[in-house]
Amino acid sequence: MTGTTELDTLKDELLGQIAAAKDLAQLEAVRVAALGKKGRIAEQMSKLATLPPDQRKAFGAANNAVKEAVTQSLEARKTDLEAAALEARLESERADVTLPVRAGPEALGRIHPVSQVFDECVEIFADLGFDVAEGPDIETDDMNFTKLNIPAEHPARQEHDTFYFPAKPDGSRLLLRTHTSPVQIRTMESRKPPIRIIAPGRVYRCDSDQTHTPMFHQIEGLVIDETTHMGHLKWVLEEFCKAFFEVSDVKMRFRASHFPFTEPSMEVDIGAEAIGKPGQWLEILGCGMVHPNVLRNCGLDPEKYQGFAFGMGLDRLTMLKYGVPDLRAFFSADLRWLRHYGFSVLDVPTLGGGLSS
Amino acid sequence: MKFTLSWLKDHLKTKATVEEISTKLSAIGLEVESVEDPAAKLGAFRVARIVEAKRHPNADKLQVVQVEVEKGQPLFEVVCGAPNARAGMISVFAPLGTYIPGSKITLEKKPVRGVVSNGMMCSAAELELAEDSEGILDLPAELAEQVGARYIDVAGLNDPVFEVKLTPNRPDCTGVRGIARDLAAAGLGTLKDEKTISGVEGSFDNPVAVKLDFANGTEDACPVFAARLVKGVSNGPSPEWLQNRLKAVGLRPINALVDVTNYISQDRGRPLHVYDADKLKGAVRARLGKGGETFQGLDGKEHTVDETMCVIADDSGPLGLGGIIGGEASGSTETTTNVLIESAYFDPLRTAATGRKTGLVTDARYRFERGVDPESVLPGLDLATQMILKLCGGKPSKATVAGRVPDTKRAIVFELARVEKLSGLSLPADEIKTILETLGCVLVGGGETLEVTPPSWRPDIHGSADLVEEVVRIAGIDRVPATALPRMSGVSRAVLTDKQKRARRARRLLAARGLVEAVTWSFLPKDQADAFGTGATLVELANPISVDLAVMRPSLLPGLLTAVERNRNRGFADVALFELGQAYRGDKPEDQYLAAAGVRAGTAGVSGGGRHWDGKAQAVSVFDAKADAAAVLVALGIDAGKAQVTRDAPAWYHPGRSGTLRLGPKTVLAHFGELHPRTLAGLDVEGPVVGFEVFLDALPPEKKKGRAKAPFAQSDLLPVRRDFAFVLDRGVNAGDVVRAALGADKALISGVSVFDVFEGGALAAEGKKSVAIEVTLQPTSETLTDKDIEAISQKVIADVKKATGGEIRS
Repeated sequence: MTGTTELDTLKDELLGQIAAAKDLAQLEAVRVAALGKKGRIAEQMSKLATLPPDQRKAFGAANNAVKEAVTQSLEARKTDLEAAALEARLESERADVTLPVRAGPEALGRIHPVSQVFDECVEIFADLGFDVAEGPDIETDDMNFTKLNIPAEHPARQEHDTFYFPAKPDGSRLLLRTHTSPVQIRTMESRKPPIRIIAPGRVYRCDSDQTHTPMFHQIEGLVIDETTHMGHLKWVLEEFCKAFFEVSDVKMRFRASHFPFTEPSMEVDIGAEAIGKPGQWLEILGCGMVHPNVLRNCGLDPEKYQGFAFGMGLDRLTMLKYGVPDLRAFFSADLRWLRHYGFSVLDVPTLGGGLSS
Repeated sequence: MKFTLSWLKDHLKTKATVEEISTKLSAIGLEVESVEDPAAKLGAFRVARIVEAKRHPNADKLQVVQVEVEKGQPLFEVVCGAPNARAGMISVFAPLGTYIPGSKITLEKKPVRGVVSNGMMCSAAELELAEDSEGILDLPAELAEQVGARYIDVAGLNDPVFEVKLTPNRPDCTGVRGIARDLAAAGLGTLKDEKTISGVEGSFDNPVAVKLDFANGTEDACPVFAARLVKGVSNGPSPEWLQNRLKAVGLRPINALVDVTNYISQDRGRPLHVYDADKLKGAVRARLGKGGETFQGLDGKEHTVDETMCVIADDSGPLGLGGIIGGEASGSTETTTNVLIESAYFDPLRTAATGRKTGLVTDARYRFERGVDPESVLPGLDLATQMILKLCGGKPSKATVAGRVPDTKRAIVFELARVEKLSGLSLPADEIKTILETLGCVLVGGGETLEVTPPSWRPDIHGSADLVEEVVRIAGIDRVPATALPRMSGVSRAVLTDKQKRARRARRLLAARGLVEAVTWSFLPKDQADAFGTGATLVELANPISVDLAVMRPSLLPGLLTAVERNRNRGFADVALFELGQAYRGDKPEDQYLAAAGVRAGTAGVSGGGRHWDGKAQAVSVFDAKADAAAVLVALGIDAGKAQVTRDAPAWYHPGRSGTLRLGPKTVLAHFGELHPRTLAGLDVEGPVVGFEVFLDALPPEKKKGRAKAPFAQSDLLPVRRDFAFVLDRGVNAGDVVRAALGADKALISGVSVFDVFEGGALAAEGKKSVAIEVTLQPTSETLTDKDIEAISQKVIADVKKATGGEIRS
């Protein structure tokens, strides 16, 4: 059986060539030489016609078997060579993944601590039904003092260290508001009770030293209706302090005091354990029941309406809660300070998710 | 206001401790600023007797003494270096462990030259009772009975000093008695009765005439002026107890006559003045000052008076300022033999105004500007007379009274229910009445409504609310039960206005773009405000704290720009800052506007500044600022595509690299651009710096839509994109090309973007540029045919040409 021996030899030769192919191009050359129209297998097939009829069937089958074996071997070898080629490419595609990437804008930007603390206060007071009211910085004497029961020549006016603007031809002088309390007046003059507002904003005093800046932030609260009393005031402030300092209990001390626009008036201290410094009292705000004269000045009948007001320093609250040491740095726009004490844009205070976490 | 515990106890019978008194004072509105308690410092020092004194075996200058520290107890062996130590001497002993304030050491048990000292014998200096001492304290022999007692008790040094910060409404507490009255009402003891005064009304008329000399309408400056002459006094230093009291509260003893007035002022809140009657010329008058008048004050300075000030004058001119300060020339000295005592009432407001004008801070002003008890004019005069007679002798005249004590009596109708209504504290009627009566109020009527007449020393009580305050502060604010404020709604509702929400969103948006929020001053140096004024009036302070904080800012930019420079000077040049706040175009409320402004300097673009391996460190450009401004507008619901961009930014921007975003001719939404080099130079800021200002008040309100979103217009048809490049004159705005292309088919063209701008090469020479746009067609109903697309393309080309003159680039 010369024919089949020859086929075996061819098969071994082709399989050897396939195994020896070093890359896909060589393999393709092997494939064309073996399986092409004029390839070795076709060449063998062409001998079929010269064989005697009784040998043809067997020869054809044997030839096909060789073709099948070569085809399979080619496929297998191709898969291997492709995998090797990919390996080789990937090997060459190495990035230095230790190179630093940019942090991105959201990591660079900051919210000023006072803005953040204001947002925190809004969250708390919104839950208690307080709106946010606003008013201008440049005020009249009437709004900043007279309507708040601080008549001209009242010593309390002098204590305020007011910034004034030059007198107008009619003798009146505008001023920079010394507290956010004029917003109380504006609110009571423009709205009917029940009123629950907070009024945040910049205030100004002609004073500058280690702990005072000529501009700072206050947040004022006002509730006016027919029944709100000092007990409610105490409760609101206690609830606020617990929520704001994010503690389950805050020690509070209410001391009688005097402000022209409230009667009775109180100053409030909190136990400093709320900020992790036990054993001290910290004065945080002044408050009281709105003075009947103030109600009257806003066209409200003090026999019918009553309520409370309180005012605190937003900057001071910020300093206490977040351990910021120096008030003056709040307004220096020092990038290092702002990056250190400022808040990420993603730190949106909510009651559900926590004010500071 | 300062007082000592023993002084308080002159008026208050109490067993309360210093701590209890202090806590109560603060609780009832008399805020304690400090308490100096000598017992804290010197409580350990004891009276002791040296039983035996022998030379120290190893030292010539030392002695070893045996000390009796406790009666009948074993003696203490102490080494003592004092030359005056001797057997039988009564002195002061400090046991081991005592801190010696004068030498700043704590006694330890250790041998002194081989002999162990079990304590120390002390000098006055070691107790800080004297500057220096020759030897140990040498106490009177009769104190042998007191061995073992605390030295401060025996020496009368155990007198804590309280300092109270008085609010302006409490003139009554400028006297120790007023404080005692408040404490008594608050349950810390009982107020002692006043001692009756007798024998002060003299038999002869006061030879010094006293007159009130005021024009109509100004009589209230001094409505009453009482005086009495005491003849033949012998002045000199006041007795030790009086001097000690004055010294304890920080007053300097002068002489007996003056010390009496200071004592009564401190004790009763009733200022007085004493004149040397022999130095007075003619009648003593209270009147308003005359321009140009001067006098030499007791402070040794010359004072000029004016027509608004109340002076006390004689024929020679002003002697002093009523209610504030007396004069040098007419004052009492050690040689005074005839003294005129003044007790008057000066108007609080005028006193305060004069005080401010002159800058004089005196004990008299402190009291008169709060409102001295007008009813104390005559009792005060009598009390002073009595003390002077006792200390200096002499014969009193009859009292002279010019004018009349002003009638301040007023009755307040007070419903007891008011207490609970306003405070939430329910108190029995008896408790309310007791509090008011203990404070000196006179109550008339019973039942639920009283007529309350406040005492003459409480000018601050006018209405029901004032009475509630008195009741609640005395009863105790801590008794007011915290009461939940009723909720307005079950789940709390949103409270912010649209404008407030926008401000909040703009702030977070800008921080998300890498800008750091700053809060800068509302006021600026004038030149900076000038550089950013837009013809609007600058609002300048009359009394700025410094020239750097003198004019209300017309824009947020100068504050941010100078901050950039400060940060650069600290080593940070790539700075991106923003501020959201108010600025001022004038002084009316509507002139104040809210802006979101930002600056980027150096290479501080949106992805961060500084060099990075991933790309070139690019200087910030006008487009960084435009992107920030546009991002704010988009975040606030403004369709930035609808806003026009015009080239008319204000003068502080680079004229060629800046713009204004506006809606129509009137509504300016924002400015953006590179800052003008001249503006930066004026602020000493190094460029390049870009900035933007978005005017939040100018934005049109967001249209109220329903909660539901508009239906989603979904199309399965693929969008088709076609590119066009136009050759344009260089001055043509790319924005006009985009607008023309968008308008070519409003239904099908869903977007136009500019993907290339080329100004170089041959085009430059011709004054031309090339702008390439990609037009996106979004079919809605059926797939576009080549013919459809070709038709739209031709329309785009034609419309762009018509609008801009641009030719399609072949």
